[in-house]
Amino acid sequence: MNFELSDEQALVVDMVRRFVREEIVPLEADLDPDAGDLPAEVHAGLVEKTKKMGLHGLDIPEEYGGPSLDLVTRTLIAIEVAQHRAGLYAPCYGVFGGAGLAQLYEANEDQKQRYLYPVLRGEKRGFFGLTEPSGGSDPSRATKTTAVRDGEDWILNGEKTFISGADKADFGITFARTDATPGRGGITCFIVDTDTPGFRVCRVVHTLRSAHYATELEFRDCRVPHANILGELNQGFAIANDRLSRNRIPYAAGCLGVAILAQKMAVEYAGIRETFGEPLAHRQSIQWMLVDNELEIRQARWLTLEAASKADRGLPFRTDAAMAKLVASEVGSQVVDRAIQIHGGYGVTKDLPLERWYREMRIRRIGEGASEVQRLIIARDLLGRSLH
Amino acid sequence: MSIRLRKDFIPLTVEAAAALPAQMGIYEIADSEGRTLCFGYAGGRSRFGLRGEIEAQCANRRGQSAQFRYEVHMQYLTRYRELLMVYRADHGDMPPENLAPENLGRLRPDPIA
Repeated sequence: MNFELSDEQALVVDMVRRFVREEIVPLEADLDPDAGDLPAEVHAGLVEKTKKMGLHGLDIPEEYGGPSLDLVTRTLIAIEVAQHRAGLYAPCYGVFGGAGLAQLYEANEDQKQRYLYPVLRGEKRGFFGLTEPSGGSDPSRATKTTAVRDGEDWILNGEKTFISGADKADFGITFARTDATPGRGGITCFIVDTDTPGFRVCRVVHTLRSAHYATELEFRDCRVPHANILGELNQGFAIANDRLSRNRIPYAAGCLGVAILAQKMAVEYAGIRETFGEPLAHRQSIQWMLVDNELEIRQARWLTLEAASKADRGLPFRTDAAMAKLVASEVGSQVVDRAIQIHGGYGVTKDLPLERWYREMRIRRIGEGASEVQRLIIARDLLGRSLH
Repeated sequence: MSIRLRKDFIPLTVEAAAALPAQMGIYEIADSEGRTLCFGYAGGRSRFGLRGEIEAQCANRRGQSAQFRYEVHMQYLTRYRELLMVYRADHGDMPPENLAPENLGRLRPDPIA
């Protein structure tokens, strides 16, 4: 397999790398070390620049106005845009734009008119609400929110938690049980406007991820029109599952980007910091940490790009995406941990980005399917059967 | 943990400020009647953390009778935003001395939370 970058990919990577170094990193000198947003006028100016670069809305399909880039190239870009202090959860503070909610590309035309196109025009925001207090790793069993048919409407009752962006959203995609039969069938996906009576964002859930918080939601006799069912009745699990698999490759790429930058910092610091009359880099214990970092980064990079390559070629990639997510998130944690160790006391100060990455990277082993769930997925494919 | 700040107010004095921890966190400044004037935070770039921020409030409000309360909080940014959202949900507007941060969200918390 050839993972040499094409001329076009090398050009794009170089352009994005320079953008991060010249436009994003200097801004962070004046921002709060936990900041997740840029001032609006600065953000708008940078969005204009990414549009001129032809790289805005990277994940938007070409037929909806996005750039025509394959997943390998988008993965390479995702690795680059994560390489700054806020890069793990706010890569380049969102100035490259997002895809919105990918599930909306599967919506019917009426739903696209009401939700997808306004999102693409920047007029509306949505949230994705799957996880419940009863669990997030196993939505087929954990979904306790119910929807009961009442004429042309459905009445939703239940709670969601760890939901990002709901407090700023105009609508959300959420899941409710529409059939009492346990298991994957009987879950339906609904689009809910956030001004619907009975819907509320109850509280902020404070986590290690300090800038981009999660929220807790309540649906109490929340009336949603039948026309707002996304996809088929009782087939919502497939929509949730598709999203989970699809997101694992960019999720891995973000971890990898931060790991690469942490390793770069560690190598540089080991070369200049002296102890007992010699640079740290002369100590075998430090060399081995750096070597382990490098080996693990290359392993994660290979798995992540291989998953993207398979997806591009139309091959099954669920197991590959699970491997990439599993390895990249665990490697990211280990690399940042070793980089902190090499930096000593400075590594845990807010003067350097390492402490933020250390906190945020911990969440990556849980979010988008915990490491144990990824292992379950891989084992299921290896063994060729469904596991409980 | 309560969503709203429930601690007792402390008179805003130089002595009270000097006794504060130099840690990150959030604070509320109120007038002598307990009406909120503003929320603020001591972030990762604050010199001397909460102590420095409250000392600055003392200096800026010399001659004004005010009081404060605070929480040491490592997630100072999200807690600060949460307090502003809760205040806006309760009062329909921002505290008199706070401008709404860009993209401030909307919460509808339980009245007693």
